[in-house]
Amino acid sequence: MSSLLYDIPGPKARARNRMLTAVGALVVAGLVALAVWRLAVNDQLDPDRWAVLFDARTEVPQALLRALGRTLQVAVIGMVLATVLGALLAIGRLSDRRWISRPVTVVVEFFRAVPLLLLILFSFIFIPAIGTPISPFAALLLGLVLYNMSVLAEIFRSGILSVDRGQWEAGYALGLRKSQLMATVLLPQAVRRMLPVLIAQLVVLLKDTSLGYIVTYSELLRTARGLVEFFGNTYSFQFYVAAAVIYIVVNLLISSIARLVERRTRKDGKARAAGPIGLPDETTPVVVPGGGPDRGL
Amino acid sequence: MSVLIDNLPLLLRGFWMTLVLSVLAWIGAMVLGTVLAGLRVSPSAPLRGLGYTYVELVRNTPLTVVFFFMAFGLPQLDLALPSFFWSALLALVLYTAAFVCEAIRSGINAVPPGQAEAARALGMPFGQVLGQVVLPQAIRTVIPPLGNVWIALVKNSSIASAFAVTELTAVLSRLSNATAGALVWIGLGVALGYLVITLPSGWAVSRFERRLAVLR
Amino acid sequence: MRITRYAAALAAGVVLAGCSSSAGDQAADQAENTVAVETEASFAAGTSMAELNEAGSITIGTKFDQPGFGLLNPSGTPEGFDVEMGKIIAAKLGIPEDGVEFVETVSANREAFIQNGTVDLVIATYTINDARKQVVDFAGPYYTAGQDIMVAAGNPEGIAGPDDLAGKNVCSVEGSTPAENIRTNYPQAQLTLFDVYSKCADALANGQVDAVTTDNVILTGLVANGGEAFELVGNPFTEEPYGIGLTKDDTEFRNFINDVLEESFEDGSWEAAWDATAGAITGTPAPEPPAVDRY
Repeated sequence: MSSLLYDIPGPKARARNRMLTAVGALVVAGLVALAVWRLAVNDQLDPDRWAVLFDARTEVPQALLRALGRTLQVAVIGMVLATVLGALLAIGRLSDRRWISRPVTVVVEFFRAVPLLLLILFSFIFIPAIGTPISPFAALLLGLVLYNMSVLAEIFRSGILSVDRGQWEAGYALGLRKSQLMATVLLPQAVRRMLPVLIAQLVVLLKDTSLGYIVTYSELLRTARGLVEFFGNTYSFQFYVAAAVIYIVVNLLISSIARLVERRTRKDGKARAAGPIGLPDETTPVVVPGGGPDRGL
Repeated sequence: MSVLIDNLPLLLRGFWMTLVLSVLAWIGAMVLGTVLAGLRVSPSAPLRGLGYTYVELVRNTPLTVVFFFMAFGLPQLDLALPSFFWSALLALVLYTAAFVCEAIRSGINAVPPGQAEAARALGMPFGQVLGQVVLPQAIRTVIPPLGNVWIALVKNSSIASAFAVTELTAVLSRLSNATAGALVWIGLGVALGYLVITLPSGWAVSRFERRLAVLR
Repeated sequence: MRITRYAAALAAGVVLAGCSSSAGDQAADQAENTVAVETEASFAAGTSMAELNEAGSITIGTKFDQPGFGLLNPSGTPEGFDVEMGKIIAAKLGIPEDGVEFVETVSANREAFIQNGTVDLVIATYTINDARKQVVDFAGPYYTAGQDIMVAAGNPEGIAGPDDLAGKNVCSVEGSTPAENIRTNYPQAQLTLFDVYSKCADALANGQVDAVTTDNVILTGLVANGGEAFELVGNPFTEEPYGIGLTKDDTEFRNFINDVLEESFEDGSWEAAWDATAGAITGTPAPEPPAVDRY
């Protein structure tokens, strides 16, 4: 669609594009050079500062890798739990029985409306108040699961509703009850279609683990901060850049996997009929073509 | 309960700061996000690349990291902002703009291709095609995702509490340290402050989506 | 084509792995510090001491981000004066060093952790005050700190004390006692509040604030770690007695810990702990130990 907004460039437009590219490249290169120069002037490019990241004697590389491991640990477990609970909530919200669908809707809407930072903090503070102690890992996990299960519930609901109406009708015509229809026909198709979306949500979850600082969980960003506190704030810039690079690289890897999966499922005939699904970020709902039956309460 | 009443002025100040930060960041993000969306669909390949790189970089970075670099990284580049409120605002704008861009782009892609083809057949250049034909129609599709971006922005503003902005979550820290026993009430009060903004926004988005479905 | 790209990455990795840094040189010469464990300890049945001795383990809450008092090293173990005091007490309880578990407590959750039993003791730059005494018991004090001010090297704003903070940008941590103190008693000062002190240090290094205020021991750690960028005004204007927090009304345990503290003041282990941790950072000898408050 985007390529329909303008004509294929003719010779004058191509020449203009080439000039724009050259000018643009010069501007960007100039800005980058300016930034590098200012950093050098402020001693941030001092090799001794950066060497601390790679010198194994300081234990820094090991600490960062361990922290990455802890981050991935809470992200993967959180994703699995959120997926299972999200699917259940989605089915609950689509239930014909008001006494199920109403409370489920309230739960989903509530956990989507409260900031994740507060959810994590409240898990940490209020669970021990009712008796059981809770570790930072568990509090972070609980907060992430509560929030993401609500987001995934909405995604699954869109997915189920986007399955071709004919599947519903065929299922009923065969005499399937609603629960059987859900379990054997709709949910598998929805999951297959939502797979790239689920993987993309993993990226969001991974980024959100950085909120673990508020409950003292030693994930990557908290560990970077701890290293700054240990080695002194002359290394502050370096440690945070290292953490940022690790996050970006890991997230890009996961996003690439999501795009790969999307391309492969698109080739699969069953998914092709519905058309492409926009990969969401944390904020856009899934753009599902076809609508589906009325999504009222 | 009395804790909330005694500290009402502080809670209201925190709520106001959250609201101001969110609204100002929203305006900035809408401006920058629209520009980015324009870059991503523009005829020039390098501009498209620039938009793509920006969005990918920002989407894969945690917001806390963006906040850190705005607050403490910019001075290393000798770019001084007047106060930490401005670095928090800048961080939220730069981060949210990427998601606004994607929302607008999905809206542009949802407009039937025939509209753009007809506009070009009438001889309109890119700027007019986008501005007069596509974007006005895209707006209808774009409102629900933008609504979700707004809600996410309000919630993300809570990270500013760690970067010298006294908004609702910072008020939570301050009061919870001062009054050890009343944590539950303070927590409820602060959560309520956020819900007052996010729940009505969510309902408005749902209502709009339902109206949109009917119109289609 | 692909091979050369991988080869380049591998070569870069090998080169980087061979890097050595000045921080690595420092890490290479670290000394071990162990305390002798009391093996003959026996306690009256039913007391907390007996329970802990039986269990052979103790959980102590400490800070993980205060250089000199409680700081997590990259290997994942905390080091500092508070940590050493914890080891001394554990040793007197007959608990071996591997039975001591350190958990991070932040200022907001110190009382909560004691009350819900997550930790047995809190030794975390924990200032004794009457409000907290309502909720937990305190043994000690084992050190008296004072609120002080840290400025950029050379003291460009000429700050000599809290009264000079009027109209200046002062940094501290949200919800902390020093911040409350400034807000109540020196309202002319502009407070900038982060969630941790390392950010205050970053802000001061960048010139975004004029001063950082908190307990002098915390500031000393920041000064020592900050290269040549900071200096301490050196004019403490409050008294912050650091105590050991434990469950309310556990008087036997409190008396026991007080006894252990007084012993450590006498037999030099308190001084040794100081010299190995906070003293090594500040370069100052141990001050006079405070008088334990048995209330």
